[in-house]
Amino acid sequence: MSARTGATPGDRTEGRIVFDQVTKTFPRQGKRDEPTSALRGVSLDVAPGTIFGVIGYSGAGKSTLIRMVNGIERPTAGHVVVDGVDVGALRGSALRTAQKRTGMIFQQFNLLETVRVRDNVAMPLRLDGVGARTARARAEEVLDFVGLGAKAGSFAGELSGGQKQRVGIARALVRNPRILLSDEATSALDPTTTAQIIDLLRSINTEYGTTILVVTHEMDVIKDLAHEVAVMADGEIVEQGTVLDTFLHPRSPVTRDFVTTVVPQGLPDRVVEHLGGDGLWRLLLVDDEVTQPLLSGLITEIGVSVNMLHADMTEIQDHTVGQMIIKVTGPEERVAAARAYLEQRVVHVEEVAR
Amino acid sequence: MITATTPPWTLITPELFLKALGETLQMLGVSLVLGSILGVLIGAVLALTRAGGVLENRPISLGLAVVVNLIRSLPFIILLVAILPFTRLLVGTSIGVWAAIVPLTVMIAPYIGRLVENSLLEVPRGVIEAARAMGASPLQIFWRFMLPEARGSLILAVTIASVGLLDATAMAGTVGAGGIGDLALSYGYQRYDGFAMVITVVTLIVLVQGIQLLGTIVARRFRRR
Repeated sequence: MSARTGATPGDRTEGRIVFDQVTKTFPRQGKRDEPTSALRGVSLDVAPGTIFGVIGYSGAGKSTLIRMVNGIERPTAGHVVVDGVDVGALRGSALRTAQKRTGMIFQQFNLLETVRVRDNVAMPLRLDGVGARTARARAEEVLDFVGLGAKAGSFAGELSGGQKQRVGIARALVRNPRILLSDEATSALDPTTTAQIIDLLRSINTEYGTTILVVTHEMDVIKDLAHEVAVMADGEIVEQGTVLDTFLHPRSPVTRDFVTTVVPQGLPDRVVEHLGGDGLWRLLLVDDEVTQPLLSGLITEIGVSVNMLHADMTEIQDHTVGQMIIKVTGPEERVAAARAYLEQRVVHVEEVAR
Repeated sequence: MITATTPPWTLITPELFLKALGETLQMLGVSLVLGSILGVLIGAVLALTRAGGVLENRPISLGLAVVVNLIRSLPFIILLVAILPFTRLLVGTSIGVWAAIVPLTVMIAPYIGRLVENSLLEVPRGVIEAARAMGASPLQIFWRFMLPEARGSLILAVTIASVGLLDATAMAGTVGAGGIGDLALSYGYQRYDGFAMVITVVTLIVLVQGIQLLGTIVARRFRRR
């Protein structure tokens, strides 16, 4: 994967998405007085030029959330404001004009099967009344950008999943939108293809400063793509922050579950059962912390014995994040001193409970 | 009794046969074109105004559905005679080919309408969602997304309707419109002309096979998947 640098919003002012106490309920068949709540008082502020991830299990309300940004869904209460415009209040052609300022990509790509790739990409412009020739020329330009210029004359059915998503991205970009909405765009793709699509989305963000709102159930996508993340459960945002911070200090159980999918807890249950409790610690280390002589320090300076049970490393938002699980044994006050020693030197220490 | 002076082994002459074939093709062609135009309109309104459609409208959707079901519940032979006053009003006569084309069109349009509705509903919801996300108007959604994506299935729908129409033209003799079916009834059946029966049956089979083959080939070319 290519080197990644965070987007600098700079002087960008377009592409801001604000959710203000948004609630959405759907009537339930046969039970009109007990509607289903998809969203319960969600507030969010997505800064222009950032990549904002929303993660949650199916049914958490994230699809409803993203569909409000382009007015496909309307809030029951509250406001969704995109660049100062209350999208939920728009109707008819005013709504369609607002929709043309965002692009959207989908899990199932949603391409037309009966027209060629270049006409799929040109479609938004054709809807705007742009002539066929001009629209196609622009479409081919965008197809070149997503690396699919050679497939302009193919039909969607002839392409692989990753290629189809590139066409979807080209179609979403053809009007130069300030905001790109990604609804589980990599969920139907294999890991390698997912990584390529993530790289492409990143380069769109850095090159054009496009705000990208991503909803997904894959923590890997959040880790590799987003700057900020909101965790959703049951129609509410249970946790929100920068991606690194969320990985290092997950607060809610749902967030912990998601973090575990990327940074596995590491020990088999039987081992935890046997060793767990005092002195069995899980350490998280960021960047330079990873290279300090921690264990020899514990042994020589504190005088405890240390057994290393697990260690791994991953990269989150251009930061190296290491994880270690160690068992420290010794006299009680030495073990306490070891804990204090570690807490001064690494970002996170926690006991692995039995 | 076969003697040297009796007519040959059949009553129908090539002229008679060709005239009947022409009448059948005329009835089939004209009512298919008119019925398809009306049918696509009916199908579009049904698909767009239904619950969850892009132009959801309960009164229109229900009203049209009632009319469609009403017409479709009548056997063609009943419809043919029941709407004779309307036919006369429209084409100025109640006998002949044109008097048959009116009820044939009235019969086939709602039928095609239902088939078109089904074809349009087969277009994946995601495609419609993508269309809405890019700010397409309801008319654009129909014209640029639903219709092209459904065209293969639409061709097959019209093919099925053509075969149904051919079936109905056999009853057109009732209003003196002639046609292959009338030949079979008035010569093959009423005058015990076995050869007339055979040749009309063979002709009908060839026509149906031809229509189906053509429909399948065209639909395949349009489908592109």
